[in-house]
Amino acid sequence: MSTSPADVAALAPRGQTRSRPSARGTRTAAQGPWRRAAVQLVRNRGALASAVVLLVVLVACLLAPVYARSVAHTDPFTSNVSGTTVVDGRTVPVLAPSTTGLGLGVTPIGPTGDPAHYFLGADNQGRDVMARLLYGGRNSLLIGAGAALTTCLLAGLVGVLAGYFGGVVDGVLARVLDVLWAFPVYLLAISLSVVLLTSGLDVGPVHIGAGSRWLPVLIIGLVYVPYVARPLRGQVLALREKEFVAAAIGVGCSDWRIMRRDVLPNVVPTLVVFLPLMVALAMLTESALSFLSVGVQAPQASWGTIINDGLGLLYTRPAVTLAAGVAVAVTAAALNLLGDGVREALDPRARLRGAA
Amino acid sequence: MLSFTLRRTASAVLVLFSISVLVFLIFFATPGVDPAARIAGRNADQATLRAVQHEFGLDQPLPVRYALMMKHLFVDRDLTSFVNRGVRVIPQITQAVPTTLSLVIGAAVIWMVVGIAMGTGAAAWRGRAADPVIVVLGVLGVSIPVYWLGEVVNLLTQSRLHDGVFSWVPPLGYVGITTDPLQWALHLLFPWLTLAALYAGIYARVLRSEMLGALEEDYVRTARAKGVSERRILLKHALRCSLIPVVSLFGLDFGALVGGSALLTEVVFGLPGVGRLTYTALQNLDLPVILGTVLYAAFFVVLANAVVDLGYAALDPRVRRA
Repeated sequence: MSTSPADVAALAPRGQTRSRPSARGTRTAAQGPWRRAAVQLVRNRGALASAVVLLVVLVACLLAPVYARSVAHTDPFTSNVSGTTVVDGRTVPVLAPSTTGLGLGVTPIGPTGDPAHYFLGADNQGRDVMARLLYGGRNSLLIGAGAALTTCLLAGLVGVLAGYFGGVVDGVLARVLDVLWAFPVYLLAISLSVVLLTSGLDVGPVHIGAGSRWLPVLIIGLVYVPYVARPLRGQVLALREKEFVAAAIGVGCSDWRIMRRDVLPNVVPTLVVFLPLMVALAMLTESALSFLSVGVQAPQASWGTIINDGLGLLYTRPAVTLAAGVAVAVTAAALNLLGDGVREALDPRARLRGAA
Repeated sequence: MLSFTLRRTASAVLVLFSISVLVFLIFFATPGVDPAARIAGRNADQATLRAVQHEFGLDQPLPVRYALMMKHLFVDRDLTSFVNRGVRVIPQITQAVPTTLSLVIGAAVIWMVVGIAMGTGAAAWRGRAADPVIVVLGVLGVSIPVYWLGEVVNLLTQSRLHDGVFSWVPPLGYVGITTDPLQWALHLLFPWLTLAALYAGIYARVLRSEMLGALEEDYVRTARAKGVSERRILLKHALRCSLIPVVSLFGLDFGALVGGSALLTEVVFGLPGVGRLTYTALQNLDLPVILGTVLYAAFFVVLANAVVDLGYAALDPRVRRA
């Protein structure tokens, strides 16, 4: 399965030592490294197709309120237990009494194929699954992207500081990363979620509410920091020994300036390579946490909570689970393919090894 | 080797200690969180709250509280659930461990064998039809949520096709290996395949790219010059060296699986392992159980990683000097 961060770490570049001409030197050249990478990325058909798929998913999710209001005419966040809808010109209840098993409970209406009347059917509270899927996608994408950005920012900060300063700073930061690395991500995320989801987080003047979507963003962003920060630190350690850093020290540049002008431009490509892969990983983690009921909280939806809602309806109305799962898998696959394309475009070493 | 063993063990112990401190801090020292209310469960009464405060020494300084918790967990092993009054946590965990290990070890055997076979095949027939299939399987492996794949498998084997091809599939659940080995394997077959299906693709893909790199090495050219057969080069020279990163990846994944993905698979297939225990505890916020499972699983992961590292050092003398 999918969500082991070790896999991403294994597939991603490790400890690269290449040096890149500094940004200033290449700005006048006909083709800078970024432009060369962009040209190559556009030529990569798989990556381009993935980008299109992602765009479609993103636009569809952004249009969720339009769909709910103007097409489906339902509110996907309030239950509609006794409502009715129209199928083939006949009025039928959204939740019909169950006819299978002991005849207990209710069976929601199945997929109708009619966008105005429960296109993908209803869940066990009579809510429109299609509308919830679109709204859920917003949360899944938002949390995936937010967490991945958090991871890359924090990892960039930690990796650069630890690698550049070495000594005590590195000792402390590297130990902390080691401990987090040894801690299974799911357990760490579950522990943090269980504690924070019931009471929110108070750090000084900042208060994040218990049901806030920023909690999963923070939690998932935090647990993956070692997976990006460790390779990054190795890279900075190697950069520290380069002639251009020695030269910068020699002409009396400040640490801050060296980090900003000499070290950072060299590690940004690595962070860019990690970003799409981390978005996919964070999204999958979010869906797993939501599936375990410690991610996005009701009445909000995410693809994970919808899969969880569909668990009880699996044998009667599998469309609920299937649709949300396909949405997660397609989006994650597109992100991973895009990430592979970005890596091939930005990391010459991966290309040289003929990596998949 | 002895000094490496000592150093590795020392570092494992240090990491174990740090993890226990980290878990302790998450549960007991997160700003704005009242640990007594969390441990006592939802809507606990005043008496329960006081009992919790007394048992965990919540009025005492943090280091004392940490020591108390460790005592409950590992020395007295008498941590009790406050949601299911009086149920001890540790025996619950030790009862659930065999199920989790059965699941993970069985799946690991399948995915290693299939993954290595597929990766070697893809490297041997690179550029042919098998190659893109491996790449696609690898991408699917990192993209499909395991619990969802499990649900789809259940849908097919337990419901839609249960009257036809899959009529021999037993209902969801677990049978101990000592009770009935055949039923044990039958009950675990689809959970194994579900877990292995996703990992096999990832491993095949990693191995393929490692082997393609290895096939360009000088020692392979030397072997070719000596007239060694392609088959022997592939299996003896390239595969052997390419397996090293795969084995270290396996160490990490195996650990992560015990703590993470196995949890989701157990929930979907109704296997009463440590993961399902965690899941039911999460449903009613049974904090002592969550605390126990998290720490035990984390400890197991650290131990597994240390064992993998030691095995690695035994195989490759260069590692010992690092």
